[in-house]
Amino acid sequence: MREVAIIGIGMTKFGELWTKSLRDIFVEAALKAIDDAGVDHIDSMYVGTMTPGLFVGQEHIGALMADYLGTAPIPSVRIESACASGGFAFRQAFIDVASGINDIVLAGGVEKMTDGADVTYALSTAADQEYECYHGITFPGLYAMIANIYFHKYGASRKHLAMIAVKNHKNGALNPNAQFQGEITIDDVLNATMVADPISVMDSSPVSDGAACVIVTTVEIAKKLGKPVVKVIGSGAATDTIALHQRKDILNLDAVKFSAERAYKMAGITPTDIGFAEVHDCFTIAELCIMEELGFCERGKAYQMVEKGETALEGRIPINPSGGLKSKGHPVGATGIAQIVEVVEQLRGNAGKRQIKNARIGLTQNMGGSGASSVVHIFKIE
Amino acid sequence: MPSPRYTREIPQRYRLEAAKCKKCGKIFFPPRLVCSNCKSREFEKITLSEEGKIVTYTTIRVAPEQFSTQVPYNIAIIELNDGVRLMAQVVDCKPEDMAIGKPVRMVFRKIQEEGAAGIICYGYKAVLA
Repeated sequence: MREVAIIGIGMTKFGELWTKSLRDIFVEAALKAIDDAGVDHIDSMYVGTMTPGLFVGQEHIGALMADYLGTAPIPSVRIESACASGGFAFRQAFIDVASGINDIVLAGGVEKMTDGADVTYALSTAADQEYECYHGITFPGLYAMIANIYFHKYGASRKHLAMIAVKNHKNGALNPNAQFQGEITIDDVLNATMVADPISVMDSSPVSDGAACVIVTTVEIAKKLGKPVVKVIGSGAATDTIALHQRKDILNLDAVKFSAERAYKMAGITPTDIGFAEVHDCFTIAELCIMEELGFCERGKAYQMVEKGETALEGRIPINPSGGLKSKGHPVGATGIAQIVEVVEQLRGNAGKRQIKNARIGLTQNMGGSGASSVVHIFKIE
Repeated sequence: MPSPRYTREIPQRYRLEAAKCKKCGKIFFPPRLVCSNCKSREFEKITLSEEGKIVTYTTIRVAPEQFSTQVPYNIAIIELNDGVRLMAQVVDCKPEDMAIGKPVRMVFRKIQEEGAAGIICYGYKAVLA
């Protein structure tokens, strides 16, 4: 297996991009990444997107994006794993380069959610249509069920979830690409409109448009190009039951655990080596459960880490320095790639006001559905 | 939803039919073609218990379009007495009546109306026992 590095990153601002089309936001992010990498061609492309067919009536995304990026006739294919589509697209690019099949590969993600489609329905297609959605469940509802049992078992409360939203908005306020660049208070979250008890609208990531792209190549080529070498030292992916109620333990996100274990094993490191992480906080409760599955603390203790400020920007292990899905925005297919863009910015020391001191090893975790798929990557600056 | 898709699920939605693995005994609802526990492909048809308890729950206040007239409604993960878990609405009670561990009983109810024609779709819900 060849050693793999990221040499280019680019993303659009996340938010309600009503004047821009699906194809144009993708190409905007791709051109930024290509310019950043300074390459004159790419060999293949992987485009992560969840359901452009339902959001804007467009499928066949691989070909469309290669066409409008002007890279046709290179191979280009769409990768889908619900909200983890971006992370899985990156993994395919990593495999493509590591295997020696291609040398310079683009991994991207895109979603256009604000063009008027029924977003609640479109997102719910990531759950079990016949045995979950048929009964009227929604994604906030699934995570609300996880939250209720977490509260019951470990004694956490809505206040702890609110602390996560407050922290992520504080970080997002420092991110010029974030959808929401304003700080919020604990009371803002506690008093917000309830979506599915105990999840309020301020516990939930927003509906967003956006795209993000990265350029992947070998460490050898990265050095020849004179680029800062951000190495991909670990990659892991896993799956679990599609329906939440089929899990052995509702609180265990096994796909997150297995994807992390595989990434740690490839990297030859342990959770204590991770300096900071971008994780899939689609709802505030998800951030807590993920911290535990990634091994950052014991089971049932994540809310105490949050309470002590250990996951803040200046904390022991900053989580979601970008603002996370909650504040940065969550254009579902783009999220997994945007997490990687943030980690590369941090490792290069280019994160501006939200720069983490001595950032050396960063982790990304991107998840589909209520945890039926998860993909983890670990990055290190040389 | 298209009628073949609805019709296929009737044994599960109307009668709680499940599949029990002949080799390891694990019960699957809905039935599967291969056992995820022991990889056996031999099953016997069984009917699930109608009694169970709430594992976890929520109250939906923002619903998908076809459920929007029902809000707020309770929905729970229920563990039936034979150990099988499923998701169902818990009806004829208030949000504040919901609690982890409460006993419930499965009942046959209207679930939703489909499309502009308003075709009625049936299935199971739960009531507090």
